Amino acid sequence: MNESIILFIPLCSQIREDPDVASAVAAIRSLLEFLKRDQSETILGLRENQTKAIQRLEETDSSVAVSSGGELFLRFISLTSLEHPDLSQCKNVMIERGELFLKKISLSRGKVGKLCHTFIKDGAKILTHSSSRVVLKVLENAAADNKRFTVYVTESQPDSAGKLMAQKLHNLNIPVTVVLDAAVGYIMEKVDLVIVGAEGVVESGGVINKIGTYQMAVCSKAHNKPFYVVAESFKFVRLYPLNQQDVPDRFKYKADILKTVKDLNQEHPMIDYTPPSLITLLFTDLGVLTPSAVSDELIKLYL
Amino acid sequence: MADSVGRQVDSINHATEEDEKKHEIIGAKGEGKELTKEEKQRLRKEKKQHKKNKKDDRGPPEKEKEKEKASVPAPSKPATQSPAHKAAPVPVNASASESPVAAEKPAKSKAELRAERRARQDSERASKQGKKEGGQQSTSSKPKATPNELQPVVKRLPDHVQVDDPVALKKLAKKLERQQVPLRSDYGYKVSLFSHLHQYSRKNPPTQQISIPVTVIHPSIVRLGLQYSQGIIAGSNARSVALLHAFKQVIQDYSTPPNEELSRDLVNKLSPYISFLSQCRPLSASMGNAIKYIKKEISNIPSQCKEEEAKRILQECIDSYINEKIILASEAISKYAIEKISDGDVILVYGCSSLVNHILCEAFEKQRKFRVIVVDSRPRLEGREALRRLVKKGIRCTYVLISALSYILPEVSKVFLGAHALLANGYVMSRVGTSQIALVAKAYNVPVLVCCETYKFCERVQTDSFVSNELDDPDDLIVTRNGKTHLENWQTVKSLGLLNLVYDVTPPDFVDLVITDLGMIPCTSVPVVLRVKNVDQ
Repeated sequence: MNESIILFIPLCSQIREDPDVASAVAAIRSLLEFLKRDQSETILGLRENQTKAIQRLEETDSSVAVSSGGELFLRFISLTSLEHPDLSQCKNVMIERGELFLKKISLSRGKVGKLCHTFIKDGAKILTHSSSRVVLKVLENAAADNKRFTVYVTESQPDSAGKLMAQKLHNLNIPVTVVLDAAVGYIMEKVDLVIVGAEGVVESGGVINKIGTYQMAVCSKAHNKPFYVVAESFKFVRLYPLNQQDVPDRFKYKADILKTVKDLNQEHPMIDYTPPSLITLLFTDLGVLTPSAVSDELIKLYL
Repeated sequence: MADSVGRQVDSINHATEEDEKKHEIIGAKGEGKELTKEEKQRLRKEKKQHKKNKKDDRGPPEKEKEKEKASVPAPSKPATQSPAHKAAPVPVNASASESPVAAEKPAKSKAELRAERRARQDSERASKQGKKEGGQQSTSSKPKATPNELQPVVKRLPDHVQVDDPVALKKLAKKLERQQVPLRSDYGYKVSLFSHLHQYSRKNPPTQQISIPVTVIHPSIVRLGLQYSQGIIAGSNARSVALLHAFKQVIQDYSTPPNEELSRDLVNKLSPYISFLSQCRPLSASMGNAIKYIKKEISNIPSQCKEEEAKRILQECIDSYINEKIILASEAISKYAIEKISDGDVILVYGCSSLVNHILCEAFEKQRKFRVIVVDSRPRLEGREALRRLVKKGIRCTYVLISALSYILPEVSKVFLGAHALLANGYVMSRVGTSQIALVAKAYNVPVLVCCETYKFCERVQTDSFVSNELDDPDDLIVTRNGKTHLENWQTVKSLGLLNLVYDVTPPDFVDLVITDLGMIPCTSVPVVLRVKNVDQ
């Protein structure tokens, strides 16, 4: 059984190299493959193996989305009663539903893009943070709609992901400017709205995203600019952080750093938590939600 | 006048007829035959009819002569009224039903009675209109005001928030008189903003006015009422559990009267008890939910169930309610709450919440390192009880009064608060002072966590602390220091009012997290939980 896990971690990273696919989607794909080749005799055994596989995947990629996506996948395939006496039939049902789940979430980014681009008016100036494929999709849709707008992207150190985003936007012929992370307060008076992606959406309606998002949210609140978050529904996670310290360490730092470094206080966290009071609206494939409606949707998803 | 006397004679005759019929039936029962369902229904219908006739009797003669009224109830009372009858649903009389009266009343025709009734309603409506124009605080629109038969579903204000409306007071007095529950009178000058609430004195418990032996109210309920009014049992959970235990005793001692069904009669028996308890101390939201649950369970008892079996079922229901909603819920809440307590935390608690104390004790047992700051306030000084419990466990505690709150808050990392009830719009109703703590904590960016079981969630909506609250004994505020009691004669000073509020509401913006037995939810998700609960039921 262990061999099969090891077999599929490289598969997962291979899929990840396809840059357009979200890491969570790749993880779920590998989970599905793992399920297909699973040899357990009981449904409980299947579930246990899936849980272990999810844990292994989390160890390689410590993003919130992988953990939330994995858990949602597991719930989705095993939630209804599997009354078939034959195990292989049950497994087939589970695999079918897994495929369905995978198909749904592959389409979710498109749905979000369609919902959000209407909020971008002609002549708008947009501020975004770091590199998010969902935000890219939204801006792509808006551009396809023949809207004229300019984008400011923060550099987003330490990995300079903002520059990557700027390159992609440039390829779409959207006028883009890269600003320093420290220049968010400076640029805020010029922009009309702020759109960011999310790595995870938590129970309170807040979001977990690349470090620097919280600052941007506070600035936009001070300037009364709308702060929009775009996220797919598989990123909804059952966490409830009260403040920045309350976010579990396994999400804050990259997986390899967690394994090697002893004193985490010397490390820079990669994500931060933005509380719901600073967020205007969330665009998800379940619709346009206010932060307080997120809890409602989460209850529906998880219960 | 002659025909009114004739009508009374008729009613007396009718009463004796009824009597004979009853004797027949009782005789039949005495032979060992159980009354069939149909016979019981017939009896019930006849009783209702009779009550209707009596009311119609009283209607017109009331307007004419008092003396006749006195004579009518006297002979008819011993004939018809017995404890079982009194408990029979009176609202049936109030509704404008067209049940056939002609069979029992040869003297008056159906049309005449209806005309009389309508005339009475018109006159009442007219007087009410006059009162409304007088600028009095009127109750929510009454169905009688609408001229047609269709009555819109109207939410009435509860009695205990209409103390300054004499109409509502009179209705309450009549209701209590009918149930033979003593009416408690208000005490002392009430601050004008809260004049719509009751204010009782602890020195005059309602049990003083009850005669011994008490026939209507069960002794365990009397004891419970006294414990409530004297503050011996205080705290939302404690009151609910005591109430449920008292009800268990009541059910144990209950025996179905001969022509009644347990499912209907027991519910009616409970009404005077509940009135009595709300006279002793206004019911809390948790008690209200518990009572609703019991009433539902009782009315769901199948009619063919034997009495012993039914009693056993009810006892089990009550036990499982206490177990699930209170005891197991607190275990579940502790489990979630302990995840939020990290080593090195400084936790602030206010007053004495059984749930918060339980959480802290559990966390301490699970080897979490934290210290507690207990905030207390006059006049109840409940924080001392919480302090005692926590120190006994070995938790490091600090004790401050609420006036030192802004001094101590920079040290605090989390605030844990208990709740009396969670309202449908996300507001938290809790001991007075809680909203102050939440406000200052928000200003210092300290997370505020409210712990509340789901059985305390209520459908009510409130945005301020004035509309519905409880006024405690104002004499509690009098304190003797250095041999001097300054407020001793506060009643003599005309412009002085002492206000001893019990509850206040905290808006959801100040609360970061609510921990319930269903999980951790934001304050705005209370209606979602209520919806899920309703679907479950």
